Amino acid sequence: MSHAAGLPSFVAFVIALLVVLGAVLTLIGALGLLRLRSFYDRVHAPTLGTTLGTGLVLIASLTLFSALQSRPVLHEILIGVFMTITTPVTFMLLVRAALHRDRSAGRDPAAEGASRSQGRPPEPRPE
Amino acid sequence: MKRLLPFPLLSLALLATWLLLNQTLAAGHVLLGAVIAVGGGLALALLQPPGPMVRRPAAIAALAWLVLVDIVRSNVAVARIVINPGHRRQTSGFLDIPLELRDPAGLAVLACIITATPGTAWARYDSAQSVLTMHILDLVDEDTWIRTIKDRYERRLLEIFG
Repeated sequence: MSHAAGLPSFVAFVIALLVVLGAVLTLIGALGLLRLRSFYDRVHAPTLGTTLGTGLVLIASLTLFSALQSRPVLHEILIGVFMTITTPVTFMLLVRAALHRDRSAGRDPAAEGASRSQGRPPEPRPE
Repeated sequence: MKRLLPFPLLSLALLATWLLLNQTLAAGHVLLGAVIAVGGGLALALLQPPGPMVRRPAAIAALAWLVLVDIVRSNVAVARIVINPGHRRQTSGFLDIPLELRDPAGLAVLACIITATPGTAWARYDSAQSVLTMHILDLVDEDTWIRTIKDRYERRLLEIFG
């Protein structure tokens, strides 16, 4: 972006830091999707990207365009609001679908509440 | 006034959304946004929601702040688990929590909070017994989790939604 050249380097540094932090968190979430063991564990990982990951990138975007246009640019707030309201619905549907699948397969991992081992012995992870 | 604006807060939120989307405070857009806001309120009134009116803005602000802090904190916690799962034993699992909160709107907010916080996910809710089953990634101490949900979130939601 060529018109970002007029940005004070301090502001540019803060914005870059926010973007990189948000992107790294999202990446860690994606890694978790790969590394965690069961489906129910994996559900937690992408939440990193949808909460703080998105949040940091949005704050960076808000700061960048407010600084460039010398007036508050705020519609990123709307993205944040809609993300917060909509993503939990998706995650809940996924978990409920998984529970339904497990139950129709004859096992109910959530039957006894705190049944934590779920019949599977914890295997040592290959490093 | 009551007939034109059956849900003043919703109408206000719609107007704010419109103005944010258009990035302006020009009179024309305020007028257009106001029409949409009134229309939205009237449309919701047609659906006749059983809705409780939201109370205690201070409690809402306190809860929002608390959730924000918790989201940041659990982001760090889950990121740590993902990066370093080597010596981690199987600690995830389901947890039953009896709830006093029965208001559907309050439960919806609780579901959003729990699911938006990394490390905890809403699994199911038994409305007959009012028991919530949630999945927790780092279920080391069950009592701490139950106390967290009940004291931090449910107590405040009961204040707000009654």
